[in-house]
Amino acid sequence: MTLRFDIPEENFADILVKAFTNRSFLAGFVITALVAAVAIVSFFWTPFDVTKLIIADKTQAPSPAHWFGTDHFGRDILSMIMVGARNSIAVALVAVGIGMGIGVPLGAFAAARGGIADEAVMRLNDLVFAFPALLSAIMITAIFGPGALNAIIAIGIFNIPVFARVARAGALAIWPRDFILAARAAGKGKTLITLEHVLPNIVTLLLVQGTIQFALGILAEAGLSYVGLGTQPPMPSWGRMLFDAQTRMVAAPWMAIFPGMAIVVTVLGLNLLGDGIADILDPRSRRQR
Amino acid sequence: MKLWKTILTAAGLVVATGTSAFAVRTDLVIGITLEPPHLDPTAGAAAAIDEVLYANVFEGLTRIGPNGEVLPDLAESWTVSDDGKVYTFKLHTGVKFHDGTDFNADDVKFSLDRARADNSVNAQKGLFAAIDTVEVADPGTVKITLKNPQSSFLYNMGWGDAVIVAPETADTNKEKPVGTGPFRFQSWAKGSSITLIKSDTYWGAPVSLDKAEFRIVPDAAAAIPALLSGDVQAFPFFPDPDSVAQVKDDPRFKVVIGATEGETILSINNKKPPFDRLQVRQAISFALDRKAIIDGASAGLGVPIGSHMSPANKAYVDLTGLYPHNVERARELLKEAGLENGFKATLKLPPPPYARLGGEIIASQLRDVGIDLQIVPVEWAQWLDQVFTKKDYDLTIVSHTEPNDIDIYSRKDYYFNYDNPTFDKIIADLNLTSDEAKRMTLLGEAQKILADDAVVGFLYELPKAGVWDAKLEGFWENAPIQANDLTKVKWTE
Repeated sequence: MTLRFDIPEENFADILVKAFTNRSFLAGFVITALVAAVAIVSFFWTPFDVTKLIIADKTQAPSPAHWFGTDHFGRDILSMIMVGARNSIAVALVAVGIGMGIGVPLGAFAAARGGIADEAVMRLNDLVFAFPALLSAIMITAIFGPGALNAIIAIGIFNIPVFARVARAGALAIWPRDFILAARAAGKGKTLITLEHVLPNIVTLLLVQGTIQFALGILAEAGLSYVGLGTQPPMPSWGRMLFDAQTRMVAAPWMAIFPGMAIVVTVLGLNLLGDGIADILDPRSRRQR
Repeated sequence: MKLWKTILTAAGLVVATGTSAFAVRTDLVIGITLEPPHLDPTAGAAAAIDEVLYANVFEGLTRIGPNGEVLPDLAESWTVSDDGKVYTFKLHTGVKFHDGTDFNADDVKFSLDRARADNSVNAQKGLFAAIDTVEVADPGTVKITLKNPQSSFLYNMGWGDAVIVAPETADTNKEKPVGTGPFRFQSWAKGSSITLIKSDTYWGAPVSLDKAEFRIVPDAAAAIPALLSGDVQAFPFFPDPDSVAQVKDDPRFKVVIGATEGETILSINNKKPPFDRLQVRQAISFALDRKAIIDGASAGLGVPIGSHMSPANKAYVDLTGLYPHNVERARELLKEAGLENGFKATLKLPPPPYARLGGEIIASQLRDVGIDLQIVPVEWAQWLDQVFTKKDYDLTIVSHTEPNDIDIYSRKDYYFNYDNPTFDKIIADLNLTSDEAKRMTLLGEAQKILADDAVVGFLYELPKAGVWDAKLEGFWENAPIQANDLTKVKWTE
């Protein structure tokens, strides 16, 4: 309903057409959908059981039986990557959820109130932001113990200031606009205006930031698992697979190549998707085309 | 002209031979995985202390040789009384500590009395338990009287924990070790390296190396690059046997697989339910597939063990057949213990690859019988604190690298929490027995009890994978004790 004031008339069909003619969106969408599909399939089926170690089959090169080879415990790397995708996506998704769920209301609140409230919220954000994210995540998992849940919380906490800043900056640009003035003249409160007029206008920004943070979340999870603080065995994780591979780089390069590619492809896909969304929904980029 | 040519050629030859003689290197960088907590072998159990200082900086009355034999060291010779209770050691003369003070019988008395005193912090006080008195006969002779004959006494005096220190410097050895060995301590860059240099005042056969740096390379993944780049020229205890494959066929390196005294075990907290039940511990033993663990965690190099004794030891009894890999039997035993639905426990793993890799394999094997292990990786300091000292653990994996250490199961308050008076009695008898045949029988019984009780999961004897520059020689192939003896190490070109 409220959208009609804010975004120039554009129906869903138009957006779809744009989406399917935008190359980076298409590529990003296909790659991300593929990764998601692989993750979903892994719930029902993997070529081999990833928790079963068959030492006799250790470090086998890629073959028709094991497309991506086996690791140092004889596990099928393809199966591990499939299950690893599930972990990466779950961790990144929840972490982005935490960041958005807390960061966006904070940012919007700061923008709406201004003054001391704004200062207080944003300086607090700066405090969190001042710590390098991965280092802080290591700190949190070192204190509360390693594990996927703590990794999610750690990555999530450091998404909060990112979303708070984006939401605040976006909202501040919206507040002086005429339609907000109209809404205020109509007697709407700040909360209502934020919900009905401000947020819908910064959704694009948040979506784009979301895909970037999602990709960073996947990298962070891999990083934490690599240093042994993320997903714990026997659950496979891309980061752990890389860690296990590094002492065997010469003898069994496939142990490093495939999980490495999985990370690169997923992050690339998400970044393309983010670019695509920005292109399609951002009015400014529309003008440039 | 011709004369000039001859002269030039001759000069060239002289220069060439001259430089090649000087070109033999005398410095060495040795990679070690663990940094010692301090540098006093008489005040700590950490293997890393001896791996830097034993035979290099500190010496004892006797010493252990490359194959576990007892050799004379500061004691040039000794006589034993007929009743086996009195040892008279004749000491080398002209021996100086690195701070310039003279070594004599008083230092021996001081060191041994200090090690066995009530307030001693020696990690192996048991080595000195048999000593009744230490007397100085004259500056070059020490008479040690034992409470009872002990056949392992000369061997015990060869341990790193029994080295001779000077009264003047004993309290500062942790930071600045002063011994009588062929190398003296130069510097310790914490977290990075420990440097020893040749001692000019050494009493024995001179060593070839002028300088030896022990570089701390904690990350197994960094070990191979350090060797390949030439930063480190020797890794006598290579941390990850799996990656030895990368240098095995490289002519620049020598790879030597030897034996250690490291019984690698799945330690069990014997007081903590449900591990206080024999059936549960036996179920774990049946659930373990040693072959898979050895192949997966030690590149197939480990030798399986069935109790706490090295297969290289004379007293070894093969008990590996007692608990063959049998998932059905393990499940039955758990059912008898009322745990047919399995249970959850934690497995704390210290950093070495044998523990981290072995842990994943064991977790998978125990999962097959319904025991769900949560893996908790810990650093060494945490492991020593939580597991070894506070006994806050269910299961852990560690390699006990001390030689002849079956008595640890009789120690009160040891981290296994194992308490068996029958076993304690055997160890007590063993300490009073010097007859070799009787000792073998007792040691055999001791091994049998530990295996029957399934005190811990006995896995395999840790292999020693040594990698060093092919131009180096003189390293130990095996590790009868924890040491990196550099006295015979030299560059061949």
